[in-house]
Amino acid sequence: MSRRRRPFDPRLLHRVPGARRHLGLLGALGIAAAGLVIAQATTLATVLAEAAGGHLDRVALAAFLASVAGRAALLWAQGTVAARAAATVKAALRADLLDAVGRRGPGWLSGQRTGQLATLAGRGLDALDAYFTGYLPQLVLSVTVPLAVLARLVFADWSSALVIAVTLPLVPIFGALLGWQAQAATERQWRRLALLGGHFLDMVRGLPTLHLFGRAPAQVAVVRRMADRHRLATMKTLRIAFLSALVLELVATLSVALVAVPIGLRLLGGGLTLQTALLVLLLAPEAFLPLRAAGSQFHASQEGLTALDEALTLLDPDPTTTATDPSATSPADRPTTDPAEPATTGPPSALGRPEPSSTGPRGRSIDRPGGTEVSERVAVRSPGPAGSLVGPETGSLVPGQSGGAPNGVRADGEIRFESVTVDYPRTTALRDVSLTIRPGERIAVVGPSGAGKSTLLHLLLGFVSPSSGRITVGGTDLAALDLAGWRRQLAWVPQRAHLFGTSLADNIRLGAPDAPEEAVRAAVRAAALTEVVDGLPEGLDTRLGEGGHGLSSGERQRVALARAFLRDAPIVLLDEPTARLDAGSEAAVLAATGRLVAGRTALLVAHRPTLLAGADRVLRVEDGRVTEQTRLGSGPAVGPGTPAVEETHREVVA
Amino acid sequence: MRLRPERVVWRLARPYLGRLLGAGLLAAGTELAGLALLATATWLLVSAAGRPPLDTLTVAIVAVRALAISRGVLRYTERLAGHDAALRVVTEVRARVFAALAARRGSAAQHRAAQNSAGRHSGDLLSRLVSDVEAVQDLLLRVLVPGVAAALVGLLAVLGASAVEPLAGLALAGGLLLAGVVLPALAAMLTRRTAARVAPLRGALAGDAVDLTSGAADLAAFGATRAALDRADARARELAGLERRTAALGWAVDGLGILVAGATSAAVLTVALRAGVDGVLVGVLGVGTLAAVEAALALVGAARQWTRLRTGLTRVADLLTGADGGPESPDRRPPDAPEPTVGIGAADSEKVAGRWHCRVERVRLRYRRSGPPALDGIDLDLPAGSRIAVVGPSGAGKSSLLGVLTGMVRPDSGRVTLNGVDLADQPAERLPRIVGGLLAEAHVFHASVRENLLLGRTGATEEELAGAAGAAGLLDWVRQQPAGWDTVVGEDGGQLSGGQRQRLLLARALLAAPAGILVLDEPTEGLDPGAADRVLASATAHAGPDRTVVLVTHRLSGLDRYDEVIVLDAGRIAHRGSHAELVEQSGWYRDQWLRQAGAERDHLSVGS
Repeated sequence: MSRRRRPFDPRLLHRVPGARRHLGLLGALGIAAAGLVIAQATTLATVLAEAAGGHLDRVALAAFLASVAGRAALLWAQGTVAARAAATVKAALRADLLDAVGRRGPGWLSGQRTGQLATLAGRGLDALDAYFTGYLPQLVLSVTVPLAVLARLVFADWSSALVIAVTLPLVPIFGALLGWQAQAATERQWRRLALLGGHFLDMVRGLPTLHLFGRAPAQVAVVRRMADRHRLATMKTLRIAFLSALVLELVATLSVALVAVPIGLRLLGGGLTLQTALLVLLLAPEAFLPLRAAGSQFHASQEGLTALDEALTLLDPDPTTTATDPSATSPADRPTTDPAEPATTGPPSALGRPEPSSTGPRGRSIDRPGGTEVSERVAVRSPGPAGSLVGPETGSLVPGQSGGAPNGVRADGEIRFESVTVDYPRTTALRDVSLTIRPGERIAVVGPSGAGKSTLLHLLLGFVSPSSGRITVGGTDLAALDLAGWRRQLAWVPQRAHLFGTSLADNIRLGAPDAPEEAVRAAVRAAALTEVVDGLPEGLDTRLGEGGHGLSSGERQRVALARAFLRDAPIVLLDEPTARLDAGSEAAVLAATGRLVAGRTALLVAHRPTLLAGADRVLRVEDGRVTEQTRLGSGPAVGPGTPAVEETHREVVA
Repeated sequence: MRLRPERVVWRLARPYLGRLLGAGLLAAGTELAGLALLATATWLLVSAAGRPPLDTLTVAIVAVRALAISRGVLRYTERLAGHDAALRVVTEVRARVFAALAARRGSAAQHRAAQNSAGRHSGDLLSRLVSDVEAVQDLLLRVLVPGVAAALVGLLAVLGASAVEPLAGLALAGGLLLAGVVLPALAAMLTRRTAARVAPLRGALAGDAVDLTSGAADLAAFGATRAALDRADARARELAGLERRTAALGWAVDGLGILVAGATSAAVLTVALRAGVDGVLVGVLGVGTLAAVEAALALVGAARQWTRLRTGLTRVADLLTGADGGPESPDRRPPDAPEPTVGIGAADSEKVAGRWHCRVERVRLRYRRSGPPALDGIDLDLPAGSRIAVVGPSGAGKSSLLGVLTGMVRPDSGRVTLNGVDLADQPAERLPRIVGGLLAEAHVFHASVRENLLLGRTGATEEELAGAAGAAGLLDWVRQQPAGWDTVVGEDGGQLSGGQRQRLLLARALLAAPAGILVLDEPTEGLDPGAADRVLASATAHAGPDRTVVLVTHRLSGLDRYDEVIVLDAGRIAHRGSHAELVEQSGWYRDQWLRQAGAERDHLSVGS
């Protein structure tokens, strides 16, 4: 079930070199802290030994206070350094994760990876706080303090040192043994606990259904009964799970007793000074403290370690491919991350919410195995002559201009597909496609869903590259062109445009960040968006996106059109712009689409016959093959054996 | 700080106060055992140094060993007792929360619809509530029990010290007050302040992350990736800077804690020595003080935890006290409406069979004040036995109309009547037996097929079960399963294929067989065209001649057998008429019909 993680992931140091200094400092502070533990115990033993005779040793008392103050300062420093390390690591990983999206392009993102990345870069990495500030400093102390204590005790009283040296390793050994035992016991109960624990969530989620059948009130008693059974099952597991804590506690306290009683007897015999005896008594528990503290923080730190592992795995180039083209791996080929199984939800979290793990059940219960299907698995680059497409998007800050043709990108040349085949991990999207798009041509693309229509557009956008064959623009291979420069010649209206969490105006300015207000307003008018803008509470300044103002599908589509108008690119790619629209919106979007394609080269994936009206040519994509029809079914037959297709098409268009 | 949510938990926890107090006492016992172990051991050593006869130390030696063992045992029993008590309270809270939700027919659906229209994932709100309930457990186990324990240990330590020397007791009390009250309050305040500054930044960063991933293609196509990355990176840096600054202040509290423990110990030692306390007891006081103050410092962590729990606790308390302003809060109920009774009462025996004539009059509905209307003046007449299909583009209001028909969603204005009586005036437990069926948000419970089906009608016979499953095309599959009707379907039907899940939902709706109106929202979604036609026909036939069927569908095939087709658009009825009439007119219906006919012929030609 849950993988056991190492307490420290060495990949972190390679990925975030800035963390080394912090971690080095944490180590130094851990050593200093161990020294101060010894100093505090030594001075306090002196004070107490003197006090036994009725004297107040002022010097020793001052030294005791000084070492206490030192420990206080060190604790503060440790916490602060650890928190700074957490902040540095999180910021660096966030930047790297988001940068990977920008560098590898949308083709790298599959539906599943999109969610994982968004969660990780968003709140997921914050789980590292508990790991860095809670667990890591204790881990350092659990090495330095026991060693320092043993070293001091060897000088003070070697027989006590021996007792501690023998019992100390029992803590991790018993901890591991009992941990396995508890895990095995929990696994036996796991299904039962998960079923009972999930019942409440299941019922709450199903409330509308229960209401519909009038069963909600009757279900209250069931919820109570199941919650009670969950409690009983949880308690049964906890009785075993808490045993490990019991044994560790016993090891620690009994070793104090094992040390205290013999030295008491030796004091009686005069073989030991009181000061040494007190020193041994005060130091013995200190040796066990950090080990137990690290143990109790371990579970709380797991979520952070899992997030760290996910982030580093996502960022690491896949070992099965060459480092130069990391994006060549398909999401399906990457077994390294498996978000369906959050590793924190191992057996310990199967308990209702056992101490000290505090994260498991929530994550698990919200997950739904076999849940949402990835609707649009964006293509992934396949190994091939894709080198330059993978490169960073240099110069993408420059707003798109239709006039300039930097880096020799010619928008006025012919676009040719030469025997292009695109293989996706499980299917072939396009097979041996050859076609020519002449400047100024308006081409409609039709065909059943899933036939490869969008792939045509994604090839031109550089989201996908051909598995074989090539695409040329004005005679130059697209793969050899500067991708950012080429994209500046394109305006894209996707099936479902993303609304960003900024103002409506900035959403429209996506492809032309410096466009003046007037130009934005002109684009709004051209996209038939004026009424929508007037209806918004703050007009163009209304915030959209997550947590912002929602727009209907038709309004969203018109925002995408406004983006394209403002982009003012010579080539427009439209992907079923009216697919999800109601009748009223469709008319507005159609009219705006007509204005947009006028005077430009346009490739238009058409869903509805109304869109075909203004097209110069119609391409039919079916099962990855593209066939051309001159005009409205009057041309040659599409192919042998598919008369139904042709007939249907005529009927739809008529 | 207002303690309203804590008071709500307190009221619910009252029956279990004995158990909670027991856990608190055991926790205090654990701490005391630890303290006594060190104190006794110190006493033993200091006394032994005076070389008394061995038998004077025997008691102390035994005590040291006994305390060493009892501490671990006490800790173990304390944790078990604490979890048992807390889980009992959580059971109570779960039941109450569920009862509160169950008492509001419509609220869940309304929440969901409102969320959907705001573009959020449906069910988030409810799922969050489930984890909020767990905050109650944390409040009891990590705040209340340690709090009780620390208070008891502190009190006993001060009493013990005062018995030896009153002034030493005073010094200890001062230290404990600092460590157990002042520092925790300070920590809570800092945590609150930090959260107030960090939370908005974290939220914005999460939004950036969604924009950069979900909007990756848009950004790349428009060459805006770099600018968006820079913005997100600046925000991540700002957050990191804020976290660095606030950490220094927060950890100062922990540093102060150590200082307070050491200083208190030194003060107690000095005071005791000045007062001429016996040397052996001075040592015991010094070591005991250190342990007592350190035990009190545990409250710093508890205070931080408490601060973090309050948001979730407040949501639970709001729900339980009806202060959450939910769409169905009691004030929205018309004053003359009867209170809903819990359970199936007298109305059960009341006859619901017969013919039901339903009218929808000028119904308007809007989920959010600023949003577009979901329904905008709908009028419908549904005589008993009629067959009505509702079609239209997504977001046109089809599912909202079914919501209003079934009483799951209340219209803002207008009304729905059944034989002339307003739907809102029907007793809550009677309505489901008149109107019901399959809604868009239908949930499959993690239970057996039989249990899921019987939800529709508890007392159904084997024949009725098989009849409904047969009409929905589920029966063959059930018979193939080794466990038959007892096959467990997984979380929300996760073990089923999409088609089987849909058939299960349809079978449940058919088994429920509401006397008046059977609503079916996309009953054949996920079925292939041939199966969809067969299932729809058999389901419609199963409904019988007296029952009205209202079908929402995106598939137009088979609608020629319906009396009337309603085309909705933006919450209004755009067209209505028979299938034949609508195909003749140009418009959405005709476009859609031609497209679907074409696509399905394609489908068939490809398949042949």
